[in-house]
Amino acid sequence: MGTDKKSEPLNRVDGRAKVTGKAKYFAEFEVPGLTYCVMVTSTITRGTIATINTKNAERAPGVLAVYTHLNMPAVPGWADQPNSNAKLPSGGEKYRMLGSNKILFNGQPIALVVANTLERAQYAASLVTTTYNKTEHQTDLLKNTQKAAMPGRFGDYTRGEQKEAYKTAPVTIAADYTIPVEVHNPMELAGILAIWEGEDQLKVYAKTQGVKATQRTLAGAFKIPEKNVQVYSEFVGGGFGMGLRTWPQEVAVVAAARQLKKPVKLVMTRQQMFSLVGHRPYTIQHISMGADKDGQLQGIYHEATAETASYDDFTEGTVAMTRFMYACPNVTTKYRIVPLDRGVPIWMRGPGEATGAFALESAIDEMAYKVNMDPLDFRVKNFAETDPEKNKPFSSNNLKEAYQLGSEKIGWNKRNREPRSMKDGEWLVGYGMSTGVFGAHRGESACRAQLNADGTLILQSATSDIGPGTSTAMVQIAHEVTGLPINKIRFELGDAALPPSGSQGGSATVSSVGSAVFDTCTALKALLSEAGLAFEDGTVKPVVGKTATMQQVLATQNKTFFEVTKSSKGGAEQDKYSMYSFSIHFAEVRVHPHTGVVRVKRVVTVADSGRIVSPKTAASQMIGGVTGGIGMALTEEAIIDHRFGRFVNNNLGDYHVPVSADVPHIETIFIDKPDPYSNPMGSKGMGEIALIGFSAAVANAVYHATGKRIRELPITPDKILSA
Amino acid sequence: MKQFSYVRVTSPDAAIAAVSKDKSATFLAGGTNLVDLMKSGVTGPERLVDINRLPLTKIEETKTGLRIGALVKNTTVAEHPLIIKHFPLLSLALKAGASPQLRNMATVGGNMMQRTRCHYFYDTAMPCNKRAPGSGCGAIGGFNRMHAIFGASDKCIAVHPSDMCVALTALDAVVTVKGPKGERKIPFGDFHRLPGDTPEVDNTLQRGELITAVDIPFNEVAGYAHYLKVRDRASYAFALVSVGAALSLKDNNIADVRLAMGGVAHKPWRLKEAEAFLKGKKATIENFQEAARIVMAPAKSQGSNEFKLTLAPNTIVEALKLAAANGNI
Repeated sequence: MGTDKKSEPLNRVDGRAKVTGKAKYFAEFEVPGLTYCVMVTSTITRGTIATINTKNAERAPGVLAVYTHLNMPAVPGWADQPNSNAKLPSGGEKYRMLGSNKILFNGQPIALVVANTLERAQYAASLVTTTYNKTEHQTDLLKNTQKAAMPGRFGDYTRGEQKEAYKTAPVTIAADYTIPVEVHNPMELAGILAIWEGEDQLKVYAKTQGVKATQRTLAGAFKIPEKNVQVYSEFVGGGFGMGLRTWPQEVAVVAAARQLKKPVKLVMTRQQMFSLVGHRPYTIQHISMGADKDGQLQGIYHEATAETASYDDFTEGTVAMTRFMYACPNVTTKYRIVPLDRGVPIWMRGPGEATGAFALESAIDEMAYKVNMDPLDFRVKNFAETDPEKNKPFSSNNLKEAYQLGSEKIGWNKRNREPRSMKDGEWLVGYGMSTGVFGAHRGESACRAQLNADGTLILQSATSDIGPGTSTAMVQIAHEVTGLPINKIRFELGDAALPPSGSQGGSATVSSVGSAVFDTCTALKALLSEAGLAFEDGTVKPVVGKTATMQQVLATQNKTFFEVTKSSKGGAEQDKYSMYSFSIHFAEVRVHPHTGVVRVKRVVTVADSGRIVSPKTAASQMIGGVTGGIGMALTEEAIIDHRFGRFVNNNLGDYHVPVSADVPHIETIFIDKPDPYSNPMGSKGMGEIALIGFSAAVANAVYHATGKRIRELPITPDKILSA
Repeated sequence: MKQFSYVRVTSPDAAIAAVSKDKSATFLAGGTNLVDLMKSGVTGPERLVDINRLPLTKIEETKTGLRIGALVKNTTVAEHPLIIKHFPLLSLALKAGASPQLRNMATVGGNMMQRTRCHYFYDTAMPCNKRAPGSGCGAIGGFNRMHAIFGASDKCIAVHPSDMCVALTALDAVVTVKGPKGERKIPFGDFHRLPGDTPEVDNTLQRGELITAVDIPFNEVAGYAHYLKVRDRASYAFALVSVGAALSLKDNNIADVRLAMGGVAHKPWRLKEAEAFLKGKKATIENFQEAARIVMAPAKSQGSNEFKLTLAPNTIVEALKLAAANGNI
């Protein structure tokens, strides 16, 4: 590994379990005496609960308890440690679910109803009646920009001239870009199943992207040792970021289970998931840009303003890409957040970088047209050979090759660059491109290997698989290190008791856990070598000069298996280089000039993400990311009626994720060259770059097709007609 | 969900008797909309009268046309050879609606009875005169991108969501209903109603009346039909605007024409004035555009649906062009 050797495309090792229903998701676990929790949520946006009447609900058949702020069992950890990240500037109002009569956002849980069947809990929940004292609420970012403040985590950045050099450049552009609220909407609904097996012994089945993170949160909330919290989450039906937190309502359900001394399960409704498990924040961005007449960038100013909750500061890397993507001497970025009376956002695939890339890569296209250059040539001309933000070399950067490969595949140079110049019947034809980039992170991760006497290898790590195919990639890495056949290797995850790993987020799982698997398997080889054994021809054999088989060696050592556990993290080289994964997206669209309908006709997406460990699941991940990008570009928008502070399309009928008919053939190309410094495999992350920038490729293609620049997503027919 | 009782009936008379004597009872056919409404708390019948066993599941040829039983599934209608031969517009409209799974369950009668998809109607925490008369209309002054540009009132600006009904109104279908007082026929255009002061009433059915069949008279417009549905994604979305167009063309002269729209009014919106204008004229873009202008004269925007004032006439022209070309997109 770490070489140019290509990996074989493997089917998912858990594919059969998934399609046959053998794979069990958190809500499917049945335990004796299971009870069901249904949440009642606020119908006002700000104010207080005046009265809440739970009598009828309590008397309804099968009801075990109804919890409100008047009788919510204590969550010990909530008393003295903040359950929110709120710091300045929002002031960080205190939010404790069912902790007081205060309402901070619409859809906030105000009662938990627990009954012995789901239907009975639902019915009883419908009997809870509430009166409120309403006060004025603010949910509209555009009307509250005066509250915008700089969060602690993301300070302003300037390189070169402080005085916005773009203003004096020969060619300038300035524009505002808007993205709406988007909601992760994984197919699997969110929730938790909590089982107390004693006063301080907890077991949960969770929908989480990090079993260790959930373990830490719950241990802290209930002030019990981490080892007393068992967290299981072997299969997760999509996360996209919403599973990176253990949400207050999940903690509250665990508290209810403790008081009731019964297992309690909560499965949120789709509607509740719009308000209670985060979202991509509504963000407005301003970009000004200046360039020479020959297309050399002189200055970029990029300012992003995003919503957060009044009770929690959410921040993300929206303007990060602008700082280093292009060789531009003068760059200023600013990032602001505005506290609103809304549920808190959370990272959504790509996260802030996808928001930022829409603005930056649209603006780059605008500037390319303004200086009369091909947008691809413009990017190459402004290519950053080294990272201009960190002043370090890139660990690897094959963007120029990626531009080349992608443009050849889509036929970029065969198009007529003139906007509104190409047609297919009545439909206008357009080509667009964009770049995506995301940090190639590697965190600390541990893995245990157990080599059994029968030659099977079991690998264990407390990581997750929210869909990308973690186990498949890990089995593939172990196969390549040991030479054992795929069907002799099993990877176990989704259990907090296994050797620790980070959460599955930020495109770091293969790099972090994969390195642990690599190092552990390498250590296992050394262990075998000491015992006079070696992996050979897909099995374990005595080394030359030795005769004892593995079984015999184990017997003499009085063991049934060899085992080794290793923890792994990046070395000092991680500080010497700037490490990023890159993607190039090309989209060909059709736009109907009279109905405003946009269809993505063809996609070529190129990933420069080091060596590809698992080509088949990697391709699937790119296809999934592009599909999410089609949604971001054309269809997805969660709408709040600000008069009420309430979502009006919080269901999958009205919140439009792309359906199969919206998704054309997506061609994926991998540069597949190892990064010398990223990790032992030479791989870099892929989850985010698959989506980052794609929406700009579509918006740029729409411009090429129509001559209309749409700067507000999603690009729905009304926006084309009104532009 | 509110608790309810359930009874299965096997004759239309038993069904009618069960619902006419009990104000809190309602018919259950495919259930694709009713069950959602019950789960959302929008409606809460105490008794469901399951009519799925009634013998109303045939498509038959009569002397004057085709008769479709009220319980024929949407998929069956869309794929039936006689429907495709005589009324391709109906088949096209059905296939533009919902998803295959829903069409496999949904019935013709149920499709006619489906309620608006207005967000404010579905959310019981919002005002809605249709769901809770007198509570106000949340959509007026709110998010009304999907809402009506024709025939709205100051009580309600919701639209009827059906694609099938757009085709049926264009095709001059006649609805047969049976009730406690016997059988009667309702021209399709009179089946649904405008909101006026009573938006809670979607149609002209009386309590206990059961849709038993829909008759479509034979016509000459089967040769050139197109159903154009403009929506926010390529499938499984309600229409921003849809147009059903069917023409009888002789040497590019329009001998007969049928036009109706969806997504623009509280009922499927038949365009009779435009039809009258087009009849006898040449099938030209200019004539199509003039027909669209006639249609749009009374149109009124509600705010966020302003774009429909452009989209609607454009879609009429496009649908006519595609119908005349007998093409598909």
